[in-house]
Amino acid sequence: MRKHPISFTVNGDLQELFVEPRKTLLAVIRDTIGLTGTKEGCSTGDCGACTVIVDGEPVTSCMMLGVSANGKEVTTIEGISNPGELHPVQQAFLEKGGYQCGFCTPGFIMAAKALLDDNPDIPEDEMRHALGGNICRCTGYTKIIEAVLSAAETMRANA
Amino acid sequence: MRNFEFFEPKTIGEASSLLVQYGGEAELLGGGTDLIIGMKDRTVTPKYVISLEKVPGMEGITYDDTNGLWVGAMTKMRALERSSIVRERYTALAEGAEEVGSIQIRNLATLGGNIAHGSPAADTAAALLVLDAQVNIADGNGERTVPIADFYLGPGQTVLQAGEILTGFSMPPRSAKSGSQYLKHKIRQVMDLAFVGVATSVSLSNGTVADTKIGLAAVAPKPIRATNAEAIITGNSVSDNLLQQAAGAAAAQSSPISDLRCTAEHRREIVAALTKETAMTAVARAQV
Repeated sequence: MRKHPISFTVNGDLQELFVEPRKTLLAVIRDTIGLTGTKEGCSTGDCGACTVIVDGEPVTSCMMLGVSANGKEVTTIEGISNPGELHPVQQAFLEKGGYQCGFCTPGFIMAAKALLDDNPDIPEDEMRHALGGNICRCTGYTKIIEAVLSAAETMRANA
Repeated sequence: MRNFEFFEPKTIGEASSLLVQYGGEAELLGGGTDLIIGMKDRTVTPKYVISLEKVPGMEGITYDDTNGLWVGAMTKMRALERSSIVRERYTALAEGAEEVGSIQIRNLATLGGNIAHGSPAADTAAALLVLDAQVNIADGNGERTVPIADFYLGPGQTVLQAGEILTGFSMPPRSAKSGSQYLKHKIRQVMDLAFVGVATSVSLSNGTVADTKIGLAAVAPKPIRATNAEAIITGNSVSDNLLQQAAGAAAAQSSPISDLRCTAEHRREIVAALTKETAMTAVARAQV
């Protein structure tokens, strides 16, 4: 089957690839580019573990074709920190213990980052609702919510 | 996922020709949130996938007081829920869009896909019914417009003919004295399908309801209008008793099935409850 040339950026780096149309964006990120921070959980869009940010908006990368990323800007968990300095959402997850096995964590962090970039003043109930597309099977969510609230505080202070 | 040839046509005509050429072996790709899942579990196995993303003019929301609202078929659910004009004047549509999946899914899923898929439980369908939406359909040769009420034929079936593509939705302007609401009964607050969805739209004149439209989703082979309930409300001023009668009429006009989600009897009760609640809210919103 014919591969398609695509050109897009991942974490600011230009990627020029030939991809099979059936490869999801998730597969391209993990298997072709080798960035394995983004996780595959359910592969049906229900769990949010594969969340990446495309052109500023969070999407489930298991539900998007790699060829559809052509011309777009993709940010993964590997692309949100600066050298020697974690992103406020990452720092908050670390400090609050917002994870146990860690498999859902990259997706949660990307969803939370997108949410707080959009509105760092989001009320807690709306924040909980907005993170409803991310599932954690370990924690019971308490520490995750604490982490996102703490990150929001930091991001408001930095704004 | 099985492999397939991927096309990104630049015009409706080109997309339509590909659809005609490859017939039943081709699928249109909008946001992909239904199609890609179906391709993964191999319930859908197209040899050709035709993306509509590069066809110009299929994404966006425009409004003016004369022509009303136009929403392109490729418009994302997330854009609808964030649009101030949709929230203010076409509230039920914003609320329907907001009920779909998660934010991550709503950044991919399109209004056209939600409707063209033909699901009787589509969250935006009840809203489009009560907002008088016209469905814009095109192929390479021309365009036609179908009222949303006539668009659905049955579960998964629509009036779209071979080579036809749903391009957008038009809704007439709404008076200041109008209001609408969509409510969805579900178990999970996010990422659930509708057990029942009800949208109601009203416009008021001199203290009475001049026009009522009630749309029901997930309780018939296709999204339907509860016309008997509408007739009970229209021309009257709302009272608890009147809305109770209308709620009963809406439940009677529904024809739900029992499935693993809940029984038909329970669905009818929910239709009644949501009809009353959405009608009260729609009237309250029209008065603001």
